[in-house]
Amino acid sequence: MTQSSSNFVNIGERTNVTGSARFKKLIMNGDYTAAIEVARSQVENGAQVIDVNMDEGLLDSKAAMETFLKLIAAEPDIARVPIMVDSSKWEVIEAGLKCVSGKPIVNSISMKEGEAPFLESARKCMAYGAAVVVMAFDEQGQADTEDRKVEICERAYKLLTDIGFPPEDIIFDPNVFAVATGIEEHNNYGVDFIEAVKRIRKSCPHVHFSGGLSNLSFSFRGNEPVRRAMHSVFLYHAIPAGLDMAIVNAGQLDIYDDIDAKLRDAVEDVILNRDPEAGERLVELAESYRDSDPVAEKKAAEWRGWAVEKRLEHALVKGIDAHVIDDTEELRQAVAERGGRPIEVIEGPLMDGMNVVGDLFGSGKMFLPQVVKSARVMKKAVAHLFPYIEAEKDENSRGKGKIVLATVKGDVHDIGKNIVGVVLQCNGFDVVDLGVMVPWSKILETAREEDADMVGLSGLITPSLDEMVTVAEEMQEAGMTMPLLIGGATTSKVHTALKIAPAYTGPTVHVLDASRAVGVATNLVSDSQRDPYVAKIAEEYEAVREARANKGQSKLVSIEEARANGFTIDPALKPPAPKKPGLHIYPDWDLADLRDYIDWTPFFRSWELAGTYPAILEDDVVGESATSLFNDAQKMLDTIIAEKWLTAKGVAALWPCHRDGDDVVIHHYHVEDHVSKDGASFGQHSDDIPDLDRTNERSIRMPFLRQQINKREGRANMCLADFITEEPDWIGGFAVTAGHGIDEHSKRFREAHDDYSDILLKALADRLAEAFAERMHLHVRRDLWGYAQGEQLTNEALIKEEYRGIRPAPGYPACPDHSEKPMLFEMLGATEHTGITLTESFAMLPTAAVSGFYFGHPQASYFGVARVGEDQVEDYARRRNVSLEQAKRWLRPNLD
Amino acid sequence: MATPREKLMAEAQKRILISDGAFGTEIQNWKLSEADYAGDLGLSHEQKGNNDILALTKPEVPEAITRAYLEAGSDIVETNTFSANRISQADYGAEHLVREINIASAQLARKACDEFESRDGRPRFVAGAIGPTNKTLSLSPDVNDPGYREIDFDYLKDVYREQVDALVEGGADFILIETVFDTLNAKAGIMAVLEAEQALGRDLPIQLSMTLTDLSGRNLSGHTVEAFWHAVRHAKPLTIGLNCSFGAEQLKPHVKSLSAICDTLIMVYPNAGLPNELGEYDEAPETTAKLVGEWAKNGQVNVLGGCCGSTPAHIKAMADAVKGIDPRAIPETPRVTRLAGLEPMTMAA
Repeated sequence: MTQSSSNFVNIGERTNVTGSARFKKLIMNGDYTAAIEVARSQVENGAQVIDVNMDEGLLDSKAAMETFLKLIAAEPDIARVPIMVDSSKWEVIEAGLKCVSGKPIVNSISMKEGEAPFLESARKCMAYGAAVVVMAFDEQGQADTEDRKVEICERAYKLLTDIGFPPEDIIFDPNVFAVATGIEEHNNYGVDFIEAVKRIRKSCPHVHFSGGLSNLSFSFRGNEPVRRAMHSVFLYHAIPAGLDMAIVNAGQLDIYDDIDAKLRDAVEDVILNRDPEAGERLVELAESYRDSDPVAEKKAAEWRGWAVEKRLEHALVKGIDAHVIDDTEELRQAVAERGGRPIEVIEGPLMDGMNVVGDLFGSGKMFLPQVVKSARVMKKAVAHLFPYIEAEKDENSRGKGKIVLATVKGDVHDIGKNIVGVVLQCNGFDVVDLGVMVPWSKILETAREEDADMVGLSGLITPSLDEMVTVAEEMQEAGMTMPLLIGGATTSKVHTALKIAPAYTGPTVHVLDASRAVGVATNLVSDSQRDPYVAKIAEEYEAVREARANKGQSKLVSIEEARANGFTIDPALKPPAPKKPGLHIYPDWDLADLRDYIDWTPFFRSWELAGTYPAILEDDVVGESATSLFNDAQKMLDTIIAEKWLTAKGVAALWPCHRDGDDVVIHHYHVEDHVSKDGASFGQHSDDIPDLDRTNERSIRMPFLRQQINKREGRANMCLADFITEEPDWIGGFAVTAGHGIDEHSKRFREAHDDYSDILLKALADRLAEAFAERMHLHVRRDLWGYAQGEQLTNEALIKEEYRGIRPAPGYPACPDHSEKPMLFEMLGATEHTGITLTESFAMLPTAAVSGFYFGHPQASYFGVARVGEDQVEDYARRRNVSLEQAKRWLRPNLD
Repeated sequence: MATPREKLMAEAQKRILISDGAFGTEIQNWKLSEADYAGDLGLSHEQKGNNDILALTKPEVPEAITRAYLEAGSDIVETNTFSANRISQADYGAEHLVREINIASAQLARKACDEFESRDGRPRFVAGAIGPTNKTLSLSPDVNDPGYREIDFDYLKDVYREQVDALVEGGADFILIETVFDTLNAKAGIMAVLEAEQALGRDLPIQLSMTLTDLSGRNLSGHTVEAFWHAVRHAKPLTIGLNCSFGAEQLKPHVKSLSAICDTLIMVYPNAGLPNELGEYDEAPETTAKLVGEWAKNGQVNVLGGCCGSTPAHIKAMADAVKGIDPRAIPETPRVTRLAGLEPMTMAA
C-alpha cells in the first residue's frame, strides 16, 4: 500500500469484463466456476469490496450479472464483503440489486441525462438500500477541470440531500484522466483531480471519493513498471487530499519509498504538473524501465551488502539458495567467536525468516511454491549446521510438536502429503514421514516410539478412505488419544465427520489443504487453544452428522426404472471397425512429443495456485509465483528430456465386444494374435476378425454402474454400457505411465534436502503421464481405430475434450469401482508391457500412470454415477460374482 | 392527531413495552378439528394446521387469544397472519383468500385493541405480521445448481404487497417483517412496504425482526446481526430486533450487540427456551421473564414479547418483571458509511 490509511478501501477490479480480458473470456465462455474463483482470490488477497461489471456488447449483461451474483451468494468467503454493482445501464444495475443482500454500492449514476432520471435512480438506490457512486458527469459531459468537477459534484450533492439521500452513502468519482499524453490540456488532469477532491470534501460533508486508477497511466500501456509507479505516486498525493476508495489492483502498487528515485521524481513532476516538459521527460525515461522491475532490482543489488543475519532472513523469505551455505557458515563462525552455540543460528535469523514466511503464507500474501523454496533454503542451512549441533549434543531440543505422517496402505500418492510435511517443518514442527503404503501397525508403532503429538493420514484414491477408518479403529483399540489429522484429495469434512471421527475418541480433524495444516496443528499443540478447538471441531462434526441424519437424501429410482430410462445411442453413428484392432505396445514413447500435450492447469493446482493456464501466469495475485514455478518446471522438463530421466511406456488395445444389459462382454481373445509394437500394421484388415462367439468363456464381462439419481424429464440415467450396442461393436483399453526412472532422481533430491525439486519432479511426471494418455487417445482416434483420421485439434481443444469418444478410467466418476482395474490390466497385459503394477487397493505404481477404456461412439460422454441403491449393489455383486459385503466395500464411496 | 409512529415513540420513552406471545401454541389448546379449520369455505385441500385461516372460519379463536394477551399486559399485538401470503397459502389451496384473511385478522386485532385502549386510556397497537414465506431469494434449493432460485425479487415483493395492503386495510398500525431468515426476502418486504406507503401517501412504519439459525449469530442467508442492520437501515424501522431463533439465554450476546449499534427501538421476542426431546417448549414463565428482565435492567431493550412456546402467562410474567425499569435510551450513533456483505463494513464519513 502506498500509505497506511485504515480508511482507504481497496475495491477488487478483476471481476469486471471491461477491465480484465481473462474474466471477460471466462464469462463469454460461460465458465462461471472459474469466474467465481477470480472473485474468491480477490477477497482472499484483501479486496474489501468487489466490483462486478458485465458490460459487454456480445453478452446478455443483465443475465450475466444475475447469474454471477446469485452464484457468489452461495460462497460465504466471497459474499462476506460488500458488492459494487457496476454497469453503465440502469436496468443491469437494478437486476443486480435484486440479487444482492447486505448493503451494496451502485456504480454509477450521473446527471448525464439530466436531473430527473438521476434522481429517479437515486431514489431507487435508497429503496434497495444501496450506497452510490456518482460520476462527475452532467448534461454537458464529463468534468475535466477542477472547477467543473467541483461544480457538478456540489450540484449533485444538493439534489441528493434534498430528497433525503444520506450524504455518507454518496461516493463521488471525479474522473481520473490520462496524463502525459503529449496534449498540453491534459497535463493538469492529475492536479485537477486532487485539488477538486480537496474542495468537494469541504463543501459536501460526509461524502467519499473513488477513482479508477488505470486511466491515469493510459499513455504507458505495456510499460508496467512506469504504470505502477504512476499509480503509487498518484495515491500518495490523492489519499491525503481525501481519496478514500479506489478500484485498483493492490498487488500492482509499489511502496512509494521503494520506487527508484529518478523514476519517482519524473512521475511526480508529471502528476503534479510541475513543468511543461515533465511529460516528455517521463516518456524518454520510461523506455529504460520497460520490462524491468526497478523496485526488485534496487533490492536485488542491495541485499548482498547487508549484515549476515539480515542476508539469511532475506534469502529465506525470497527462497534464494545461492549463498545460503556461505552465509550460514559466516554467521556460525561469528556466533562461535562470541562464545555462542550453533543452534543460535537456527533459533535466530533462520527462525525469524521462517516466521515471516509463515505469516505471509498464512495471510495469503505468499504462495506454496515460494514456501517450498524457502524450506529448501532452510533445510540446506540446517544441514550445514547439523554436524556442529550434533557435536554439541543438545538433547531436550524439541520443536513445537511432532507429527507422524503417512499415506495409508494401498495408496502411493504423496505429493500433497510431502507438501504438508514441508509446510509443517517450516513452522517448527518435527515431522516423521513414513512415506507411502504404510500399514496401520507401522503408523501406530511409530507414533508410540516417537512419542508423537499427532498423526496425519493422507490418501488420494477412494479405497484409502476405508483404510483411514481402519487406522482410526486401531488407534482406538490401542487406547491412543493423540489427535488424528485427515487429508488428501478424496477426503472430506463430511466423510471425516461421518465415518472416521466416530471410530476414534481422540480428536479427529479434516485438513482441507496444506495451507490449513499449520493452523490445525498449532491449535492442537497449544495448551490454551487445544480444548476449545477440539470442542469446536467436535461440535461442527456433530452438526454435520445431524444434518446428514436429518437430511433425508433425495430418493433414488430403482435400478429397473433407471435402466428403462437409459441413454439410447443412435446406432447409425456407431464407429467403424478399427483400422488396427488388437494390442499395441509402446515401450518408449518420445517424451519430447508428450511435452506438447501437457495440460498445465492441474499442475498449478497441485501447488495450490488457483487459475487456468496460461492466464495464471499473468494473474495479479499468483501470477508472479506461477511464472517462477512455470520457469522452473520448463527448466526441469528440458533436463528430464535431454538426460532421459523418465521412460514413458504404454499399451493400447481395441477389442470386439457386445453389450449385455449393463455389462459389456469383451472378446479380447479374438484379436490376441494381433500384437504390434509402436502401432505397426499387421497387414491384415479388420474384416479378418471372425464373427463373434458370444458364449466363449474366455470373454471378459465388464459390468458398469448406472446412475440412479432421479433425473429431470428428458435426462437419461447413464451407464457406460449405453454407449455400446448389442450387435457386434468395439471397445478399447489403455494403460500408460511416465514414471519409470523417477525414484533415483527423487531420492537424490531428498538427500540434497531439496523438497522443492522433488515435488516438482513428481508433479511433472504426473503431467507427462496425463499428457501421454491424451496423446495415446489421439493416436487411437486417428490411427489405430481411425475413425477421426482428419482430426486436427489444438492442445487447448484437446484439453477441453472437443473430440469424439471418451476414455473413462476405473475409479473415476463414470466407472467409480477401482476394482475393475485388474480385469482391464489382464486384458491389456498391462503389467507385462508397461511395468505398471497394482497395489491391494488398486492404486497404480509408478504413480505417474493412467489407465482406462475407450468408447468411440460420438454420443459417448462423461458423467458421474454418484449414489447407487442397494438394489444395484446386489445386482452388481451377482454380476461380479462376489459377496454383497465385498461389493459394498468396493462401492462404499457411492453408497449413502 | 399523533400518528401511530409518534404515539408508539411517546409510549416507548416512558416504559418498556410488551408485545404478545405465540399463537400456534395457544391454538393447539383449542384442539380444533378439520371441520373447525375448513368452515364452509369449500376448499379442496385439508385445512388443519392452517392457523391463519381461522380468522375466516373460527374467528373466536384468534380473537380470544389476542384478548388473552391484552389481558396479560400487551401493548402491541400481532395479527395472526404469519403465513397469510400467496406462497404459503398455496399449500392449502387458499391463495385466493389472502386478502380476506389479512383484512379479517387485522380487523379483529384492531377491534380488541381499541376496546382495551378505551377502557384504560393506554394506547394499544396492531402490528401486521408478515412471515418470511417458505421460499428464499438468497439460496438455491438444489445443491447441484447454486445459481438457481425458486422465486425472484419482484415476485416476492408482489406477494408481500398484497398482504401489506390488506393488513393496512384491516387497520394495522405497523408492518412487522418477522422471522427474517433471508435478508434479501426482508429487503423485498421493505420494498413492498415502501411502495404501499407511496400509494397510501402516508407513513407506514416498518418493524423488522431477524431470526438466527446458528449460535454464532447469523441468519440462514449468512448475515451477522450487524450486517443485517446495515442491510435494512434504509427502511428507517420503528423497531428492529430478534425473534424465535433460540431461547433468551442464547440470544443474549446478539441483543447486546444490536442494542449498541441501532439508533432505533429494539424489540426482542424469543422462544420459551429450547424445545425438549419431545419438541415441546417447557420453560417456565418466571424463567423467561427473569432472562428478558436482565436485558431490561441492562438498558438493552424497548419492546419485549415471546415467540414459539410462550403463553399469556409468559407475557404477564414479563410485564411484571420489567415494570418500573427504564427503557433503553436510543443511542446517538456516529455518522458513518455502513456497507455489508454477509459481514458489516464501516467507513468513517
